[in-house]
Amino acid sequence: MISRDELSEIRDNGLWKQNSSLVQILGLCPLLAVTTNVVNGVMLSLATIIVMAIANVAVASLRNLIPHEIRIPVFILIVAALVTVVDLLFNAQLHELYLVLGIFIPLIVTNCIVLARVEAFANKNPPLQAAFDGVFMGVGMLWTLALLGGLRELIGGGTLFSGIDMVFPGLQPLQLLPADYPGLLLAMLPPGAFILLGCLIAWKNWVEARAAARHSGQRSLPTPPAPLTDHA
Amino acid sequence: MMAWSTPPYLLADVSVRRVMLQVLVALLPGIAAYVWLIGPSILVQLVIATLAALLGEAVMLRLRRRPLLLFLTDGSAIVSAWLIALAFPPLSPWWLTVVGVLFAIVIAKHLYGGLGQNPFNPAMIAFAACIVSFPALMSQWPALGLKLSLAEQFEIIAGLAPRIDAMSGATPLDALKTALKLGEGAVDVPTLLANQDVFGNFAGRGWEWVSVGYLLGGLWLWQRKIITWQTPVAFVGGLTLLAAILWAWNPQQFASPLFHLFSGGSLLGAFFIVTDPVSGSTTFRGKLIFGFLAGAIAYVIRVFGGYPDGVAFAVLLMNLCVPLIDMYTQPPIFGMKNPK
Repeated sequence: MISRDELSEIRDNGLWKQNSSLVQILGLCPLLAVTTNVVNGVMLSLATIIVMAIANVAVASLRNLIPHEIRIPVFILIVAALVTVVDLLFNAQLHELYLVLGIFIPLIVTNCIVLARVEAFANKNPPLQAAFDGVFMGVGMLWTLALLGGLRELIGGGTLFSGIDMVFPGLQPLQLLPADYPGLLLAMLPPGAFILLGCLIAWKNWVEARAAARHSGQRSLPTPPAPLTDHA
Repeated sequence: MMAWSTPPYLLADVSVRRVMLQVLVALLPGIAAYVWLIGPSILVQLVIATLAALLGEAVMLRLRRRPLLLFLTDGSAIVSAWLIALAFPPLSPWWLTVVGVLFAIVIAKHLYGGLGQNPFNPAMIAFAACIVSFPALMSQWPALGLKLSLAEQFEIIAGLAPRIDAMSGATPLDALKTALKLGEGAVDVPTLLANQDVFGNFAGRGWEWVSVGYLLGGLWLWQRKIITWQTPVAFVGGLTLLAAILWAWNPQQFASPLFHLFSGGSLLGAFFIVTDPVSGSTTFRGKLIFGFLAGAIAYVIRVFGGYPDGVAFAVLLMNLCVPLIDMYTQPPIFGMKNPK
């Protein structure tokens, strides 16, 4: 069984402390390629969550049977089988979105975060813990990708949730900025994703530094190194 | 500036502020030619860029808790701002200039640690970011013979007057490339240069004299020992060497080295961009390698690539190589043998 403390630790690790995108910086390829809007980021994350949760359970259940020397090929086989299922599922149910996400659904097999959790967590923990780890790691990835996707489409085109009609046919994307907003195309391109991801990581570090400073009784941020005097 | 120095100890009157001030002065001949031949709108752009740069610099200094006055008055932000204004089309909407300048100051300069820490040339980062983001606006250069009063130009920049498509022409480089592409071998460069209005005596009409202005300013900077000769000479060398080889091989399809030298950002780049002491190479041989390759890449991008000019991308690519170049071109320490 799983204790309350264990669960909250797994949750905190997945959502914030060990966030796959902001701390472990894993799975950058789908992060750069598909987060051009919220919908793509969220849907790819959902596919990854399904794969990660089931793969974690499978590996955790079989962890005592898998020979240590060939564990990586076995893990990959398990993950690949699950990805094939998800790939066919998306193709059948959300065909338009499937065409947009394209190669990145099959590529979940090679997403480092999936293998990293299987190897680092599921291989050493019982199935229930592994299942929660897979889900919360995936949710951590989901909110990061959704935030990054939202920022990118807002800066790049002034919209939010574009492509939502591919998932929920009745809904329309939001046009937040005026229609004549020219759109900073750079935000939609991989360099823009890198710059915004850097900003998000800096924001997370800033939040933690502030929390740590408050925790230790200081009122302000640590001062920057080597304060310069104003000669002018 | 440095914690160490080598004898003899002569007191040199060198401060960042003084150097930047002289760079600004050196830009004046080019700006004067620009105002005279292309239009006074560049003055509006310079003012917009300067204000945006000072604002961005002040906000970032405040966020980073650095002394405001010391860094605001050192002039480095204004130099970046002026270079951006000169590299952008003169009738760009005001927000395009502001976005470019803020991108340069906030992201290319301060996020990397401020003055002296940036691995990339901020002005070229601004140019690259904007030409990738707004390719259409960044290639709207005022058509030749477009006579607009300063007030009309101001209205276009401020977005009060509609941007007419007819007012936008191409740069001489672009015009040449497009004409050659459309002609598919049927047209040749000499006839084009002789017949089209956009071309002048030896390069683009009007623009050739702006380039001459940059050349004069650059020579003055060299005479004042603000810049060294290696980078500009190597840059010009790399550009003209490639241009000369291709021109000698097929003068019908490739413009002369002189045309390339006085077109686009060649001379602005040679004297004001690649000579940036922060993002450029610092060793003797390193400067030669850095400049030469930047010039060669600029030529390749401008002639064979899809963008109107290649100086910005060439400089950024070479900025990436600077740590490697500097590592392999360290001069031997005085008194030591040359490392094998």
